[in-house]
Amino acid sequence: MLLFVIRRSLQALLVLFVMSLLVFAGVYAIGNPVDILINPQADQLEREHAIAALGLDKPLWTQYFAFLSGALHGDLGRSFVHGTSALGLILERMPATLELALAAMLIAVALGIPLGLWAGLRPHGAAGHTIMAGSILGFSLPTFWVGLMLIMVFSVMLGWLPASGRGPTRLLLGVPVSFLSLEGWRHLILPATNLALFKLALLIRLTRAGTREALLQDYVKFARAKGLSNARIIGVHVLRNIMIPIVTVIGLEFGSVIAFAIVTETIFAWPGMGKLLIDSINLLDRPIIVAYLLVTVLMFIVINLAVDILYSALDPRVRLAEAKA
Amino acid sequence: MASEEAPLRRIAGDFLVSPLAAFGLTLLAVIAVAALCAPLISPQNPYDLAQLDIMDARLPPGSKSAAGWTFWLGTDDQGRDMLSAILYGLRISLSVGVTSTLAALAIGLTLGLAAAYFGGRTDALVMRFADIQLSFPAILIALILLAVLGQGTLKIITALVTVQWAYYARTVRSAALVEKRKEYIEAARCLALPPLRIALRHLLPNCLPPIMVVATVQVAAAITLEATLSFLGLGLPITEPSLGLLIANGYQYLLSGKYWISFFPGLALLATILSINLVADHLRDVLNPRLQR
Repeated sequence: MLLFVIRRSLQALLVLFVMSLLVFAGVYAIGNPVDILINPQADQLEREHAIAALGLDKPLWTQYFAFLSGALHGDLGRSFVHGTSALGLILERMPATLELALAAMLIAVALGIPLGLWAGLRPHGAAGHTIMAGSILGFSLPTFWVGLMLIMVFSVMLGWLPASGRGPTRLLLGVPVSFLSLEGWRHLILPATNLALFKLALLIRLTRAGTREALLQDYVKFARAKGLSNARIIGVHVLRNIMIPIVTVIGLEFGSVIAFAIVTETIFAWPGMGKLLIDSINLLDRPIIVAYLLVTVLMFIVINLAVDILYSALDPRVRLAEAKA
Repeated sequence: MASEEAPLRRIAGDFLVSPLAAFGLTLLAVIAVAALCAPLISPQNPYDLAQLDIMDARLPPGSKSAAGWTFWLGTDDQGRDMLSAILYGLRISLSVGVTSTLAALAIGLTLGLAAAYFGGRTDALVMRFADIQLSFPAILIALILLAVLGQGTLKIITALVTVQWAYYARTVRSAALVEKRKEYIEAARCLALPPLRIALRHLLPNCLPPIMVVATVQVAAAITLEATLSFLGLGLPITEPSLGLLIANGYQYLLSGKYWISFFPGLALLATILSINLVADHLRDVLNPRLQR
């Protein structure tokens, strides 16, 4: 197990290194790095100072190491617009995004697994068909349009919920969160629902497919032959076996929820990293784009690593196959 | 001839059995024809400024125009008939989605087949690259690419192709690895046919079923992604008003209750994606031998 963790960590480091090369190439090599890293409003003298200060007159590999050591010290440049550390700005916005993503994931799991199980147990019943039709609809609904329609119905027409912003936040262990106050909940519920829809549809389908396949397995037939109650067969034998792929997908999809939060945050003016990214792209605030990219890549690598380790802890067969390879 | 037609006819027959799938296929056909014939059937040319009247701006659905005919779906802020704008938008959305899917399909098929056929280092290189790419969400990769490349029709197609090729490469590779070990490939090798001919005439046709499913799903995904990126202002330029741009245009009027500028283009987008997904869903059930009833 330890060997497995070490090997996976080394692979993750390798991916991170390759990504840092790609980001470096994207920012420094494609196009003129002077345009990307120096404020376009700077005059000639300032430009020359900046070029010397950034070491852009040095060979490319020296520049890469300077970039790398800056990144390792948590220095990814300063925002043109805000004038403060790009990394600091991203980290400041991160709790809002994580809260939104967690809330969306909770909604998707709490509704998706029971509905998928129901549809899987009765695939040809009316409820099964309705749930599946609903999940195809959930897959097909464009996230951003659903967000607009939620605002239209619940904010404009009914006036029940606020259309934008995060509302008042309270500190929980030094991190500002919305879910501790009623007003915060009212702000959270629309964007979280919007973000959850796609994952909800995915979880329903995954659970349904897993249940249908598990029901055909010999261990279920054997459990039935033993005369176990239906509740026990489903709750223990079926559910436990379909949980492995579901846990993996939940883990992997968490990263994708964070990425999709870019869209939801833009629509609901939720002050997270995603909205910051879109604002920065529109304002050509490139240090923030680079910082967002590196932070997200790091987050993804950590999530993938955690899922891999969790997976091998849940399913010993994975570890064995890995050890043989 | 008869034996070649049989599977197609069987699939067509299966579509008639499932009402949902038949509905999807019909809807898709109607949408495709409407998009193709947009200049012939739309009430006005929404991008001919001579045909627009600013007095018609932001009229609700069902209003009469200054010239006397009816705006069934209302008008936008420039007095453009929404129905016409949607038909033209469908054209753009569909063509960008289909073009990028075909290009990604060509690249993915080539690389996936090469990986499966040659194995070894080619396989490791292609698949490692695909694995790393697939571990990041498509929207993130596309967004970053567009942030670096800038806007434009060709650039968004590039971004869509970049995020899609890996799905095809992976699918065709896993199918080809199974097919490669079968006897007909061995027989073709014994006949000393050139490798290219074996790969294209023998291996590829037998890998097609799973690719058909993935390609159908991916057309829908590409259309959604393009609409999302255009909505965020990073996709198509304002001169190519796809459905996503139409929806974005209506966003600012939504809070004052003028819902139709965003609502109807979104409905058209939903109908398109839904019909493609219904077809894909059915194809998957028909082509998956594990669920054969």
